Amino acid sequence: MSGPSIHVERLVFAYPDGRQALFGVDFTIQRGERVALLGPNGAGKTTLVLHLNGILGSVAGGSGSGRIQIGGSDLHREHLPEVRRKVGLVFQDPDDQLFMPTVRDDVAFGPANLGLRGADLEARVHEALVQVGMQDHADVAPHHLSYGQRRRVAVATVLAMRPEVLVLDEPSSNLDPASRRELADILSGLDVTLLMITHDLPYALQLCERSLLMDDGRIVADGSTRDLLGDAHLMSAHRLELPYGFDPLSVPGPER
Amino acid sequence: MHVPDGFFDAPTSVATGLIAAGAVGFSLQRANREIRETGPALAGLTAAFVFAVQMVNFPVGAGTSGHLLGGALAAALVGPWSAVLVMSTVLLVQGLLFADGGLTALGTNITLMGLITVLVGYFVIRTVLQVLPKRVGSVVPATTLGALVSVPVAALAFTGLYAIGGAVDIPLGKLATAMVGWHILVGLGEAVITAAVLSAVVATRPDLVYAARHLQPDLVLVDADGNSSTVSPDRPIAAKPTGRTLGVGIAATLLVAGVVSLFASAHPDGLEFVGARLGFDGAAKDSAVAGSPLADYGVSGIGNAQVSGALAGIIGVLVTIAVGLTIAKVASLRSSRADKAA
Amino acid sequence: MTGSAGDGLLVVADSRIHRLPAQVKIVALFVFVLAVVSTPAGVFWAFALYGALLVWCVVLAKLPPLVVMRRLAVETPFVVFALVLPFVATGPRVEVLGVSLSQSGVLGSWNVLAKGTLGVVAAIVLSATTGPRALLAGLERLRLPSTLVAILSFMVRYLSVVSDDLQRMRIARESRGYRGGRAGHLKAIAGGVGALFVRSFERGERVHLAMQSRGYTGRMPLLSESGAARVQWVEGLAISLAAVVIAVTARVVGL
Ligand SMILES: Nc1ncnc2c1ncn2[C@@H]1O[C@H](COP(=O)(O)OP(=O)(O)O)[C@@H](O)[C@H]1O
Ligand SMILES: [Mg+2]
Repeated sequence: MSGPSIHVERLVFAYPDGRQALFGVDFTIQRGERVALLGPNGAGKTTLVLHLNGILGSVAGGSGSGRIQIGGSDLHREHLPEVRRKVGLVFQDPDDQLFMPTVRDDVAFGPANLGLRGADLEARVHEALVQVGMQDHADVAPHHLSYGQRRRVAVATVLAMRPEVLVLDEPSSNLDPASRRELADILSGLDVTLLMITHDLPYALQLCERSLLMDDGRIVADGSTRDLLGDAHLMSAHRLELPYGFDPLSVPGPER
Repeated sequence: MHVPDGFFDAPTSVATGLIAAGAVGFSLQRANREIRETGPALAGLTAAFVFAVQMVNFPVGAGTSGHLLGGALAAALVGPWSAVLVMSTVLLVQGLLFADGGLTALGTNITLMGLITVLVGYFVIRTVLQVLPKRVGSVVPATTLGALVSVPVAALAFTGLYAIGGAVDIPLGKLATAMVGWHILVGLGEAVITAAVLSAVVATRPDLVYAARHLQPDLVLVDADGNSSTVSPDRPIAAKPTGRTLGVGIAATLLVAGVVSLFASAHPDGLEFVGARLGFDGAAKDSAVAGSPLADYGVSGIGNAQVSGALAGIIGVLVTIAVGLTIAKVASLRSSRADKAA
Repeated sequence: MTGSAGDGLLVVADSRIHRLPAQVKIVALFVFVLAVVSTPAGVFWAFALYGALLVWCVVLAKLPPLVVMRRLAVETPFVVFALVLPFVATGPRVEVLGVSLSQSGVLGSWNVLAKGTLGVVAAIVLSATTGPRALLAGLERLRLPSTLVAILSFMVRYLSVVSDDLQRMRIARESRGYRGGRAGHLKAIAGGVGALFVRSFERGERVHLAMQSRGYTGRMPLLSESGAARVQWVEGLAISLAAVVIAVTARVVGL
C-alpha cells in the first residue's frame, strides 16, 4: 500500500431528505497517525466518517461529490469490499453494531463475510475477543452485557477484520471512568491508523497527537491536539469546552 | 384477535395456512429488491416496533381497551410486500416465543392480521393518494383512512371465517355486528395512532415513508465553492403509483375472499352451513344488518351454495372498498376546499 | 415475565427438553397440536390423556407451574368468547340450573377451551425451553426462507432495545405529571409512538450501515452448526406420536 491512509478532497454530501451535511471537506491522514476529529453536535463528523468506507456518498448511490482515497487509491464501487476490510468503523451506539444473537456470532460476522470458515474463523474470533478482554462472554447475548462491555465487543467485531485504519465514533461516550481507561489501554496498544471522533477532549489529548476540528460541514482547523485545545478563541468559536480545571499544556500527551 | 389452536376447523386452518404461505412467498419475491437495498435490519426493526406497539393498550370504551394491529401503518412505511413480511414475522415470534396465537392457527392469524389489514390498508392509501394533492403530507389522511377501514374489514373476515369454519352455529348477523361494531371502535384508535405516527415521521424524516417516496421534492446541493445545483434525491425504490400495483392489490383481496369461501364450502359442514344460512330467518332479524342481502354471508336467491358463499365474500370486500372510496372522496373535497380557502 | 423482551419466555434450566434441538421441538409441537385439533370435541378421555402428556412435559422440562399458569392469560379473549357461546348459539337447548343453554354451544365452548388451552400450554413448553437463537437456528434448519430468518433474527435482537425505548418514554411521560384521561391518553401514546418509529427506523438504517461496513453483501451467515441426530428426533417426537395414536383411537372409537 502506498500513499496516505486517508485522503479526502472537496467532499460534499446531502441526505435524501434534503439536509446537506458536508460542504467541502479536505484533509489527509498518513499511515500510522492517530487523529482526533472534534466538533460540536451536528457538525457532520459522523456523516464524514461514514464516507470513508463507502457506505454513504456517491459510491453508495447518494447525492454528493468530491474525492476520497484510501491507501492511495480512489474509492470505487468495485473496491468496496476491499475498502471495508481495510477501514474498520466502530459505531457510536454499540447496539447498532451488535446485531447478531450472540457475541460470538457477531464478532464472526465480518470475517465470515471475508470468506473465513471453520477453525480459521473461530481462531480469528477468539483472537479479537482476547484483544478486548471479552473472551469469557462469547456465548452471551449482546443485550445481557453492560454498556462498557458492549462497547468493547463492538471494537472486537471490527478488529476481527484486521483493519489497517480504525475509525471510532465517540468511543468514550457513556462509559464509566474505569471502562474509559480500559478502552484507552486497548486502543493505544493497537498498530493501526486511528481516526477518533470525540467530545472527550482529555481523551483526544491522551490518545491523539493531531486533531481536526469540524464545524458546519467543513474542516475549520487542523493541527497538534495540544495547540488546538490551548487556543481558547478557536475553542469557544466552535462550542468546545475543556473540563473544569483541565489545562492541556500541563498534562502528558502521546508525543514523548 | 390472535386466534388460538382449535378455534376454527381443520380445513379452514389449512386453507388459511396455504393462503398465508402463498402470500409470504409472493411478498418475499416482491420485497426482494427493497430488502436487498435497505437490508433485512430495517424490516426487522419495523417488526420489533410493531411488536412493541401492540403491547400498548388504548381505551376503547366501556372500560375495555384495544391495541394497534399496525397493518396499514406498516404498509405506508415500508410498502405492502415488506409489510406482509413484517406482520408475519411479528405473528411468528408471538406464536413461537410468546405462546400467543396457536401454531396451527398461524396461517389464520397471518391471513387476518398480516395480509388483510396490509392489503386493504395499502389499497385505500393508494386510492386516496390519487385524489389528494400531490404532497408528502397527503400520506397522513390516506393512511389514517386505510387504518380505519382495515381493522373492521379484518373483523369482517374473521366473521367470514367463522361462518365457514366455526365449530358452533351462532347467528352470524349478531356475530358480524358485534365484531365489526367493536372493531370500528378499535379502528378509530388505530386511525388516531396511525395518524400521529405518520405525522411525526413526515415531520422529521419524510423520506422514510414508502407510500410517499414519489412525492419527494428535489434537493439542492451546495458544492465546495459555494455554487448550488438541484439534484433529484436518491430514491432506492421507484414507488410511482402504477395501475399494476392497484390491480394486484384488488386481485389479491378478491382472491383471498373468494378462495376462502370456495375452499371452505367444499367442506361438508361448511356446505351444510351455508345451505342452512340460505334459508335463514329468525334470530338474526333483530340485528341492524340483518335486512341487508349480506346479513348471513350467503347471497339470497342464488341456488348454488358454494358460488353463493364465494360471491358474498367478494361482494363484502367490494362494498368495503366502495365505502372507503366514498369517504376518501369526501375527505379530498374537503381538503381541496380548504386549500382554496387558504 | 422473566428477563427482558428479547428472551421471550425462556426459563433457564437444564432438562432433557431444554437440550433437544429446536427444530425437533418445533415439529413435535406442531404434530401434537395437530393431533389435538383433529380430535372430536366429544371424546373427553382423549383430552384428559393429552393433558396428562403435557403435564408430564412440564415436569420433565422443570418448569415452575406458576409461570405456566400466568402465561395462560394470553387466552383470555377467547375464553370470554367461549363462555358466551352457550348463550348465543342456535340449535336444541338444555336447561341447566334454570338457565337455557344451547347444546351445541356448550360443546363448542368446551371445544374452544380444551383445544385452545392444550395448544397454549404446548407452545409454552416450547417457548420456555428454547432460547431465541436456538429457535432461529431451528427455523433455519426447517428451511424457512433465509430472508425471513434474517428479519426474524433482527426483530428478536432489537425487541428489548425497542421495548426499553418505549418503557423509557412512558416513564418520562409519567414523571412529568401525566396521569392519563381518555382522549389525552390516546394522543400522548400516539405522539410517543411516532417518535419511537423514527428511532427504530433510524436504528435499522444504522444497523444496515454497520453490516455493510463489515462486508455484508446480502447473505447472512448460517446460525445452525449441526443437524439433529436420529435419536433426538425419536426422543423429541415420542410424546407427539403418542398424541397422534390417541387422536386416531378417538376417531375410531368415536365412529
Ligand atoms: N440519516 C440522516 N438523514 C438526514 N439528516 C441527517 C441524517 N443523519 C444526520 N443528519 C443531519 O446531518 C447533520 C450532520 O449530522 P452528523 O454527521 O450526525 O453530526 P455529528 O456526528 O457531527 O454530530 C445534522 O444536521 C444532522 O441532523
Ligand atoms: Mg455523531
